[in-house]
Amino acid sequence: MLITLRPKYSFKVPVEAECINPSLFAEKSTMEIAKLQVWEGNRKRTLSDLFKITRETPNPLEKVTIKIAGDVNKVRRIGSKMSTGEITVNGNAGMHLGEEMKGGIIKVTGNADSWTGSMMKDGTIEIMGDAGDYIGAPYRGSTQGMGGGIIIIHGNAGNEVGCYMKTGLIRIGGNVGQFVGVHMRNGTIQVKGNSEGRAGAQMLKGKIVISGCIPSILPSFTIDRITPTVKVDGEKVEGPFYRFIGDLAENGNGKLFVSKAKNPNLGVFEEYL
Amino acid sequence: MTQLIIKNGFVYDPLNGIDGEKMDIFTSNGRVVEKVAEKQAKVIDASGMIVMPGGVDIHCHIAGGEVNAGRLLRPEDHFRDVETKTPLTRSGVGRSIPSTFTTGYRYARMGYTTLMNPAMAALEARHTHEELNDTPMVDKATYPLLGDWWFVLEYLRDDMIEECAAHVSWMMTATKGYAIKIVNPGGLEAWGFGNNVRDLYDSVPHFNITPEEIIRGLCKVNKLLNMPHTIHVHTNNLGKPGNYLTALDTMKCVENLASEERPVIHITHCQFCAFKGSDWNTLKSGAEEISKYVNNHSHVTLDMGQVIFTDTTTMTADGPFQYILYQLSGNKWVNHDVETETSAGIVPFRYKRKSFVHATQWSIGLELALLVQDPWRIYLTTDHPNGGPFTSYPKIISWLMSQVAREKMLKKINKRARKNSLLPSIEREYSFYEMATITRAGQARALGLEQKGHLGLGADADIAIYNINPELVDASKKYKRVRDAFQEAAFTIKGGEIVVRDGQVVKSVSGKTFWVNPQVSSTADITSNMKRKFREYWTVEFENYPVPESYLGTSCSIPVEAKV
Repeated sequence: MLITLRPKYSFKVPVEAECINPSLFAEKSTMEIAKLQVWEGNRKRTLSDLFKITRETPNPLEKVTIKIAGDVNKVRRIGSKMSTGEITVNGNAGMHLGEEMKGGIIKVTGNADSWTGSMMKDGTIEIMGDAGDYIGAPYRGSTQGMGGGIIIIHGNAGNEVGCYMKTGLIRIGGNVGQFVGVHMRNGTIQVKGNSEGRAGAQMLKGKIVISGCIPSILPSFTIDRITPTVKVDGEKVEGPFYRFIGDLAENGNGKLFVSKAKNPNLGVFEEYL
Repeated sequence: MTQLIIKNGFVYDPLNGIDGEKMDIFTSNGRVVEKVAEKQAKVIDASGMIVMPGGVDIHCHIAGGEVNAGRLLRPEDHFRDVETKTPLTRSGVGRSIPSTFTTGYRYARMGYTTLMNPAMAALEARHTHEELNDTPMVDKATYPLLGDWWFVLEYLRDDMIEECAAHVSWMMTATKGYAIKIVNPGGLEAWGFGNNVRDLYDSVPHFNITPEEIIRGLCKVNKLLNMPHTIHVHTNNLGKPGNYLTALDTMKCVENLASEERPVIHITHCQFCAFKGSDWNTLKSGAEEISKYVNNHSHVTLDMGQVIFTDTTTMTADGPFQYILYQLSGNKWVNHDVETETSAGIVPFRYKRKSFVHATQWSIGLELALLVQDPWRIYLTTDHPNGGPFTSYPKIISWLMSQVAREKMLKKINKRARKNSLLPSIEREYSFYEMATITRAGQARALGLEQKGHLGLGADADIAIYNINPELVDASKKYKRVRDAFQEAAFTIKGGEIVVRDGQVVKSVSGKTFWVNPQVSSTADITSNMKRKFREYWTVEFENYPVPESYLGTSCSIPVEAKV
């Protein structure tokens, strides 16, 4: 069952639309979906006020796919708490995409904003463009970060990717900002591009792989060895990599892999091996 | 003015010895009266329901700098518990440290009408009163922290009890406080230098005084000032294994100051100071020893400080204790040294059923409540939010009223804690009458609030009606029914007006703020000495320090005739 949402106009103020959820749409008729409540700024609206809703192949047994045809960078909490089905956004998506998601797939052809996959438990989020800060991070103040699932960002991501991550996988095709894997408890983060530094601050366990440049390693990390390759989710990534252990300030035993070829500035660590 | 007739309820009014009698209660002009004309009055049919005086909470952290810092520290505590605004109520957030308005509404929904905020740093008195003003639905009061107050320490060191009493009387009026609160006496002063006191007989750095002298001194002061409540003590060594001995020492040290069988000391959140054992691994319950002492001595009152298995926020003025808690939990934390007055600490904490220590703590709280024979001297609290949020009181009520409920929880807790627990050997179950005692009557009596906690003539018309029939419901078996009934009062009446109906707020009212105004004969030469010290040591000028009466939303001063 394919449900297409076309924005009726370009949204100027934030829209809170946690009702855009395949699990929720599955039980509802087109009329009921149209009446679902959203907030546009401080105004209560229905989904049909903002989107033109069309439904194809009305086979209720099939998994629900929601296609958002248009730019929804102001629309927040798309796919929040979804557990099954698929959402495709042809354009940019707003903040809190797939928040607390429990299953299913979200694909965005454009960019995603901050808090993508925040507190997610399972499922897959794939962003073809860039993403903002706090990817897979918990709510402000909380220590309950990403508890499973996969986030793939083909472009760049901002700061604090994978904050308090407990398990799961985050792949960033481009560069990341500062503090990638901050407070990480476990899980894996792979960055194919560069990092702006402070990687793995206060991490306790888990794995961060950075194939690009990093300005420096935190002083609370210690070099362990040089490895030719590193495994990420069963796949081999060619190195060689410097392997650091930390964050020792927290008695942590996290593994931070940083490309040797791209970081001649880290050569000084080799004398401690 | 509204007149009410509450008809045919089962009335539990322990202060007047009424135990589930079917009778009518009449109120007029915010007071309980003998009779009103049925024609003019609104009639509430309470048949098949329990009628009790409005609940009184002797110890709940609901306002002030520390509570507010806790709110700022914990956005994750709030975001899953949001209350939207209604035509009658304001919006807010909840969980372990609800915003002020939500605190008021939620207490009223459970039938509580009087709250005591137990820890106010005098320097933050204005802030505390601002928040109390914004806590609707309930009457309230707050206790200034005086156990580590420099002036008090100096007076007591020099054995100047009467001068100290005059000073404390000034403090009560300056901070608009209600009782003398002592937290880890001497320990907080030592904490300013990164230390703590070991026991009651350790010397406080730079003051040459011991915690015992502070407690005894302030107990004498309390008597001289004729304060309505006793001294309210959070013991030394709180939250450390083996501290039941310190708690016993604290009770013993004022034994000879008691007279006429009246209590002279209140040991608050006693569960946290009833630990036996030499370390966390050998932790055991000291409830038996403490209750034995309390059963044999009438000068002590206690409140439980029950632990609930949930995520909560611990906050006390006991900085060194909070530091230990931070080290244990590794959580984010706040610690604060409040100039010359006190300290404070905040640590988010999760009590887990499967943790040996937490499960033992859970057991200790209930053991205390069940082993202390006299329900007039132990009160139901969680030390909100330290042991758990106040919204869990109905759970505790069901545990106390039903052995089955206790056993059910016992099965879920840590094995070793279950083996050590005294609960399986205790058959006692509270009756509704005893429940009314530990949740309202006893607390009102301990606080010296003469118009609260009972339904006699002239009492404030603060009444809670719960939808449960004591003749039909066996509380020991249908404990869930009891819990649900106490969670959402059928009616809460505040000052003669119906404010809650079926667990929903139907009218928002603002309560009074009580404060004690001791009438002392001489206030001389405090001020010149004080002004000088304020200039030297405080960040606030003396003139700006006292909270004027106009600052309070609805001020209600209680004049007491002091003996100095």
